[in-house]
Amino acid sequence: MSEQTRWMLAVRDHRDRAAFAALFDFFAPRLKRFVMRGGMGSGQAEEIVQEVMLTVWRKAAMFDPERAQVSSWIYRIARNRQIDKLRRENRPLPEVLAHDPGTEPDAGQVVALEQETVQLKQALGKLKPEQREMIEKAYLGELTHQQINEQTGLPLGTIKSRIRLGLERLRHELKAMRDE
Amino acid sequence: MSTITHHIPEPILAAYAAGALDHPFALVVATHLSLCDACRADAEAHEAVGGALLEETAPESLSAACKAQLMERLDAPHAPEPVYRRSGVYPGPVMEALKGRPPRWKRLGGGVRQTILSAGQGGSARLLYIPAGQAVPDHGHNGLELTLVLQGSFCDETGRFGVGDVEIADDTLEHTPVAGAGADCICLAATDAPLRFSSLIPRLLQPIFRI
Repeated sequence: MSEQTRWMLAVRDHRDRAAFAALFDFFAPRLKRFVMRGGMGSGQAEEIVQEVMLTVWRKAAMFDPERAQVSSWIYRIARNRQIDKLRRENRPLPEVLAHDPGTEPDAGQVVALEQETVQLKQALGKLKPEQREMIEKAYLGELTHQQINEQTGLPLGTIKSRIRLGLERLRHELKAMRDE
Repeated sequence: MSTITHHIPEPILAAYAAGALDHPFALVVATHLSLCDACRADAEAHEAVGGALLEETAPESLSAACKAQLMERLDAPHAPEPVYRRSGVYPGPVMEALKGRPPRWKRLGGGVRQTILSAGQGGSARLLYIPAGQAVPDHGHNGLELTLVLQGSFCDETGRFGVGDVEIADDTLEHTPVAGAGADCICLAATDAPLRFSSLIPRLLQPIFRI
């Protein structure tokens, strides 16, 4: 299990401040750059970084390592926060799938997801520079949905298919909920 | 759930995950994800791409106070955000748009009713209520329209749409949706431009109904 996942579980299950500080040290400087790419100044970007990391602390119980990597989960929180801020309205979110935070995560599922993420990063690493640039723009919210639609050369599906166990994992989760 | 056959296309899912969709369309996607496991898993995979890019972003140095300020705020009391649960045929995101209250329908004629959920520069979202067997007036679109079925079904020139299905229409589609037999049809529809009705009178009424 990756260091990040262990830190996040320590925050979730034991409210471990040292583990949270470690997560902050890794993610906060990257989040800041991420937010500043959208044209925000340094001071305002740090406010958003603090709000994102505060949400990570407060909503830690919702983190499910069988379904999401720490970075995916923080990415989602960061995009929510930026949109709420920019548009002054709450971004519509799907219903939460409740999971029992008391249960031990299935290590096999967690590791399988991590391996897929390694493959995903390798696929990103093999992109041509201009493709990589477009992918970054798309996922940082710098393209409109029409622009994403028009980028026929954008390997959205190909890259994302590295996470192909996604649906299986979700079914596993839903089955566990229904069996309770 | 397994009966959903019309899903959210990949570019729209990616745009949703990236936060690039205007509110009315994001509402339709969030509602579909609440009903469709396959698209939920797909959207989460897009978030994994976003997360991988975040991990590989070059770090930007933080001010000295940033971390200390945050660590002090961790235990500050805060009010939990309201959680909107599914109610009847309305999934959580629709209940949030309705602010937790049942829809207040307004008549559009011919038994068709609507409730505006939001209307602004980024487009509008509404609930439409179409009695079984009834047609929605013939209309085209100036832009993108997403229609998600919440109850009953409808058919048009492109196919049949049941609960959870999403129809994607653009300015090339002139269609006449007809509600299926059985339960009356309730849809969540998002448009980025006013609907153009093909007959004269409804067009004159458009500003009044905001359709």
